Amino acid sequence: MNGDYNPTELLICLAARLMEDGTTAFIGTGIPMLAASLAQKMQAPNLVPVFEFGGTGGSLEDLPLAVGEARTFYRAVAASGICDIMETAQRGFIEYGFLGGAQIDSYGNLNSTVIGGHDRPKVRLPGSGGANDVGSLCWRTIAIMRHDKRRFVPQVDFLTTPGYLAGPGARETAGLPPGTGPYRVVTNLALMGFDEKTKHMQLLALNPGVTLEQVIENTGFELIIPDRVDHNEPPTAEELRVLREEVDPNRLYI
Amino acid sequence: MNVIASGIGELIQPPDMNAFREWNRRKSKALVDKRMSEQEAIARFVQEGDYLGTELYGTVRAPMSLTRELIRQGKRDLRLAGQGVTELDLIIAAGLVKAMDFTYIGLEVYGVSNALRRAVESGQIEKVVEWSNGGITWRFKAASMGVPFIPVRAMLGTDTFNCSAAKAVECPFTGEVVCLLPALILDVGLIHVHRADKYGNAQIDGISGFAFEMSRACRRLIISAEEILPSDEIRRHPDRTIIPYYLVDAVVEAPFGSYPGEMCYLYERDEERIKEWVAASKTAEGAQAYLDKTVYGVENHQQYLELIGQERLDHVRSIVKGR
Repeated sequence: MNGDYNPTELLICLAARLMEDGTTAFIGTGIPMLAASLAQKMQAPNLVPVFEFGGTGGSLEDLPLAVGEARTFYRAVAASGICDIMETAQRGFIEYGFLGGAQIDSYGNLNSTVIGGHDRPKVRLPGSGGANDVGSLCWRTIAIMRHDKRRFVPQVDFLTTPGYLAGPGARETAGLPPGTGPYRVVTNLALMGFDEKTKHMQLLALNPGVTLEQVIENTGFELIIPDRVDHNEPPTAEELRVLREEVDPNRLYI
Repeated sequence: MNVIASGIGELIQPPDMNAFREWNRRKSKALVDKRMSEQEAIARFVQEGDYLGTELYGTVRAPMSLTRELIRQGKRDLRLAGQGVTELDLIIAAGLVKAMDFTYIGLEVYGVSNALRRAVESGQIEKVVEWSNGGITWRFKAASMGVPFIPVRAMLGTDTFNCSAAKAVECPFTGEVVCLLPALILDVGLIHVHRADKYGNAQIDGISGFAFEMSRACRRLIISAEEILPSDEIRRHPDRTIIPYYLVDAVVEAPFGSYPGEMCYLYERDEERIKEWVAASKTAEGAQAYLDKTVYGVENHQQYLELIGQERLDHVRSIVKGR
């Protein structure tokens, strides 16, 4: 079964492995929900998933379809409201935040607002939603993206959600809480992190069967390539079994 | 206070806290029966050009029966606080929106909203001012606190800030930069709840979203409820009451009021019918045909439910997840 998985399943497994037990994670619609559910069933049974409209610490045994629905607070520790959740993040209680977007740049800044200019845009996208709050207030954010040159761009058309903004120290100068920022970028090709000094995105590990050249070709900016690049392990048989039989048995996403 | 940066977005609903206090002082606190139909509530309490807000989000506890009536009555030139999905998508598709304080309009798992794309890319919606979800709710919170602004630590350093009407200032206590969000007072709010009494004391099960903050940030507030209970019943559980009656102008009994969206513990969302809107709204013609059938083609919520049919309603009740 090991060699037989699809790109979405790989993304979910890679994202799930990043979640530690006994911590908090701000979860959005889609892949982060599946990843959090998988993590709870694997290495992180005490992961506290937090959903922006109030669901806190729920058991994700039944996959939520949306961030406000009842499965986000099934057997939960609390069902509050959006102010409580955002303020919990603002007080420093939320470790991980999951993000996505139409574009990302080398500092991890994300665009989910417009393609083209803001007035009469070429494409109007759904907007920040809670993304800007997550990117501003969680300690470590993890972006989940499809990896191609249209998405990995030198400059985002619109900076919806803060990464490291213009580089080292820029978040703090802007007034964002110190010590926060992008942590990982998970894609169908690779796992990236950020160089501590320059805050530029750097390659950490290649996904199974992916070459370094492929990653470089599909990235629209210069990615830091360290001397040592790891290889991500493919999904294990157990991860795939849990994902297919328990997390998403109705195959809504995978 | 030293202003370091200002968003260039227009403050499309400038807050006047003293006028809001006067309004609230004059607002009747009499215990009177406020039950009425959707038609009467929308006709009496929503005016063209109003600044409108809805709660909650996505397909959850969406005030759909009120929204369909609002569209039937063609209340135009609305300004909206855009932190909704299904109900606002319909209002936008009906061409009733002039300006928006924007956070998220999309179809969640089904992707971008094509109704929104058509309305913004064509310039039909004239003004779009950006905020985050936290940002817009904190603006309600400021109004609910009765203060003109609230300091927060989000939005800073981004184009979301640049295209908002927020300001970055030096905190007079710590010297750090903080983001100030202006209070947002709605002309009218629409909130759907699990149960209420005839006076408007309203209770919500599950997450409360931003009902607490928004209900206190409205000049006029229309509540629709799955069921109207005797006031004694509601008063036996005052700890469950999120919205006290004196905030409320109209109470509408609307069983399945959130359909095709959901109400936790009562009914699940109807995935098939939601997909119907997702498919229809891909084109302007499709969206119009959908509105013709489900909004303009019926006279009221009762007729809408008859159009949907008892079988679907029984179905969404039968699949709801328990506690």
